[in-house]
Amino acid sequence: MGKSKYKGWLYLLPAIVFLAVFMVYPLVDVLVYSAEEGYSFASQTYTGTGLFNYSYVLHDPYFLQAVKNTFLIVIITVPLSTGFALLISLALTSIPKLKNLFQTIYFLPYVTNTLAVGLVFMILFKPTFYTDGMVNLLIKFFGGQAVDFIEGPYWAKMFVMCFYTIWVVLPFKILILTSALASVDQNLYNAAKIDGTSKSRTFFRITLPMISPMLFYLIITGFIGAFKAYSDEVALFGTNLNVAGMNTIVGYVYDMLYSSGGGYPSYASAAAIMLFVIVLTITCINLMVSRRSVHY
Amino acid sequence: MKVVLEHLTKRYPNRNKKEGGEVVAVGDFTFEIPDGKLVGLLGPSGCGKSTTLNMISGLTEPTEGKIFFGDDDVTKLPPENRGVGLVFQNYALYPHLTVMKNILFPLQNLKGPDKLTKEEMNARALEAARLVQIEALLDRKPSEMSGGQQQRVAIARALVKMPRVLLLDEPLSNLDARLRLQTREEIRRIQRETGITTVFVTHDQEEAMSISDVIVVMKEGYVQQIDEPQNVYDDPVNLFVAKFLGTPAINVFEGHVAAEQLYIGGEPVLRVTGVPDQDVYVGIRPEGFVPDEKGNFGCGVSRVEVMGRDTSIIAENSACISGQIRAIISSVRKIDKNAASVRFSLLPEKVHLFSKETEERIRFRE
Ligand SMILES: Nc1ncnc2c1ncn2[C@@H]1O[C@H](COP(=O)(O)OP(=O)(O)OP(=O)(O)O)[C@@H](O)[C@H]1O
Ligand SMILES: [Mg+2]
Repeated sequence: MGKSKYKGWLYLLPAIVFLAVFMVYPLVDVLVYSAEEGYSFASQTYTGTGLFNYSYVLHDPYFLQAVKNTFLIVIITVPLSTGFALLISLALTSIPKLKNLFQTIYFLPYVTNTLAVGLVFMILFKPTFYTDGMVNLLIKFFGGQAVDFIEGPYWAKMFVMCFYTIWVVLPFKILILTSALASVDQNLYNAAKIDGTSKSRTFFRITLPMISPMLFYLIITGFIGAFKAYSDEVALFGTNLNVAGMNTIVGYVYDMLYSSGGGYPSYASAAAIMLFVIVLTITCINLMVSRRSVHY
Repeated sequence: MKVVLEHLTKRYPNRNKKEGGEVVAVGDFTFEIPDGKLVGLLGPSGCGKSTTLNMISGLTEPTEGKIFFGDDDVTKLPPENRGVGLVFQNYALYPHLTVMKNILFPLQNLKGPDKLTKEEMNARALEAARLVQIEALLDRKPSEMSGGQQQRVAIARALVKMPRVLLLDEPLSNLDARLRLQTREEIRRIQRETGITTVFVTHDQEEAMSISDVIVVMKEGYVQQIDEPQNVYDDPVNLFVAKFLGTPAINVFEGHVAAEQLYIGGEPVLRVTGVPDQDVYVGIRPEGFVPDEKGNFGCGVSRVEVMGRDTSIIAENSACISGQIRAIISSVRKIDKNAASVRFSLLPEKVHLFSKETEERIRFRE
């Protein structure tokens, strides 16, 4: 009995060591940094301990802007991208003929480099010396006024940002949802047909509950992914996100770490810990909701 | 309500491009299922049983032919308008709904003048649940029940909307032997009680024999024989039907008819009046052998198995083409277990002759 207990731990050991070194230790370390005032990598010194770093970060307008941006991106893109993905997957599933072709097309953005996609978006949205960008040309064609989507008003930039984010995460969600839809037992649909179930009732009472585990998986990972957004912003607006007013929490952490003059690891750590708490809270809420509504 | 199938045919395009042509899943099926009867659709795997059932239910569109419920032509009617109840091979219960909600599901779909109030729905669902004896399980999910219980829920769900026709696709194949026996009795009882015209698909001949009023034997898409169970057993139309029905299976021999005398392995075993001279297959049911010292049919004995009521003699004969010979005799007769050989005389009504070319039955007078 005792021996087999040891054995189990022995098998787990590599994973535990790995997790401890690369996950637990840094997390604890970050927590420690976040409580040390004015910590410097170079001299390995700090001037005091306490919650000062948190207070500083919470009063930093750049951080507040980053929090606002991040929450906006999360709230807008997660429901929209999941909804679009579901609609597109349903459409794909109902056309057996060209399904594979379309699936490949929809999957292309996923295997394309983020920066390359960003470039395409620049061409679409950015006015240059020569042209106003594709989208502005369209707007003008319909009699509207050109908008600078990259360096213009906040709402325009946020619109492009969300559009881009949705575009980037859509393929993966479509992939997951089409396979979830395909794995629903066809006999259930046959049974529903025999019982004279209407299309909408079949969708809401059979399809949706059957794919709900996958749907919740996508929503949870979608939330986490959107909270950690950063590279997409860089792809669109360049590295100086604070100036563009489009920074995110992760971007703020990054800027704090690597700003000129050795950076401010203490502030970065405090911001990172706050992000961690936010993501943890949201994920717990998500899990609780999904427990209650996923039925089997 | 009677169900009439007229030249019902389903062909699928052949996926194998080299062979080309089409696969006939069901060919030219013509049959009238009498009102209130239970018909057993019997045949080996892939013979088109499910396809036939799905055409009756409307899930599969026939390539040719017509289907009538009573006098209505329902061939073009979508499944939801046919009023059939279908029990799937794997039950296809809605896994996220409780038993009660599963049974209510078809009722909640009713619209217009058929629409029921909540109380009516609940009453009907409870009645269906009572019929299949699952009232105690109404709050369970399908995953929390045994196969037999799930099966009964599936039947209740099919019955609750009072279908004109009940279709069952191998509903017992997932159950263990005991439960299968029990459930098939139950299906029989429910069918009798409700009087709903029922089609029951199975590849288990014993199941079909015990439950059906009429058996339809199919092979590779084509109907072989339609008759009452006992008649199909006693009077098979061809070698396939003879071999498919009966456990233990019929014993098949190479034989020869000359001057109205049947020879097996050179021995004259039976007078077969009215059969022209030819080579034949001879099928002899296990109960057609009678141990008889003066009998004309001799075999080497491999072993003797005494199993309560019956005794099986496992014997060998070089003319036998169905492996070993199995003869079943009443254990009242005492058999010398150590004998090296045994002689039988044959019961003529248990001996069937089949043409060597067509495998069709050749009838004879004694
Ligand atoms: N969609 C299809 N496309 C092509 N061929 C099919 C299709 N469905 C069935 N078939 C063929 O039709 C034949 C009859 O199939 P069916 O499902 O009716 O058999 P079955 O008698 O129900 O067999 P089982 O006892 O294994 O369920 C089989 O040879 C099968 O390969
Ligand atoms: Mg089948």
